[in-house]
Amino acid sequence: MTEYLDANALAGALSEVFSVDLTSSWRRCSVCGHTGAFAELHVYTDCPGQVARCPSCQTVVLRLVRSGDTLWLDLGGTGCLRVELR
Amino acid sequence: MPGHWRPAVLVGARAESPTARTLVLKAEEGWPGHRPGQHVDVRLTAEDGYTAQRSYSLAAPAVGDTVEITVQRVPGGEVSPYLVDEMAEGDRLEVRGPLGGWFVWDPASTDPVALFGGGAGVVPLMCMVRARRAARSRALFRLVYSVRAPDGLLYRAELRERAPGDAGLDVFLAYTRTAPEGTPRAPARVGVADVNTHGLPAEFGPMCFVCGPTGFVEAVADALVALGHDPGRIRTERFGASGGPR
Repeated sequence: MTEYLDANALAGALSEVFSVDLTSSWRRCSVCGHTGAFAELHVYTDCPGQVARCPSCQTVVLRLVRSGDTLWLDLGGTGCLRVELR
Repeated sequence: MPGHWRPAVLVGARAESPTARTLVLKAEEGWPGHRPGQHVDVRLTAEDGYTAQRSYSLAAPAVGDTVEITVQRVPGGEVSPYLVDEMAEGDRLEVRGPLGGWFVWDPASTDPVALFGGGAGVVPLMCMVRARRAARSRALFRLVYSVRAPDGLLYRAELRERAPGDAGLDVFLAYTRTAPEGTPRAPARVGVADVNTHGLPAEFGPMCFVCGPTGFVEAVADALVALGHDPGRIRTERFGASGGPR
């Protein structure tokens, strides 16, 4: 089994794009309905970029690839996020 | 903004074990403060412009613009051997952060807290212990610290000789390979019995923070759920194979 990290590990990369911390947001999966913290996503790094999957149904939630000063961000499986604006 | 890189200079360092070192870094353009449990990204740039970056947990509450990280040397690693063995006072690197708002303890909370650290996973938990002391919090704290052998213990003196502000903090050391003579518990990985005996009962409704290598985090989180803890009160931070969160 490939080891995975928590989505806490994405906080730095996401902070380059978003001005609020997405990892502490709450997420509902559009595929399986699972709810939980964004930080609980499973993050795989044994690949050219980083891939985050739903901890419940393993749907690909987010893909992030960096090439020099260009960042590719696929948020296709994000579902619904609730972000606290402090 | 946490998103930008801040220049930082090494102003102090302490050896914590034969393979780990605490770096005291001063953010030269200021530091906004951080919450216990947060991490930073560290970026090194070589003379030819090559960069390497890693994540490290903050080990202590900030003092002004000064922050601490504790780095465990990863054999053959690209970044940690430099940070542990070579970086000298006055040398510079860049930090980005503070990062992550989920694996954090709120010093204003009076809820009981159970902390489980595997190896260098104790670092963000130590930040919580130190923040508790600094805030004069009386929240009940239990720390279960899993370590391979006595010489790998981080923060040895501070955990053994509890500071006056640490009343209400209990520490249990679980050795996995070699234990000092006379230790009643035979060396073994942390299992459900350890979590049951040395954590806090589920009925107390503690916040549980679990940090360490993936296997450790899985074992402890599964044990907590099996013992009836609310999965919504269990927060985890897994370390990558490289030995630190990435």
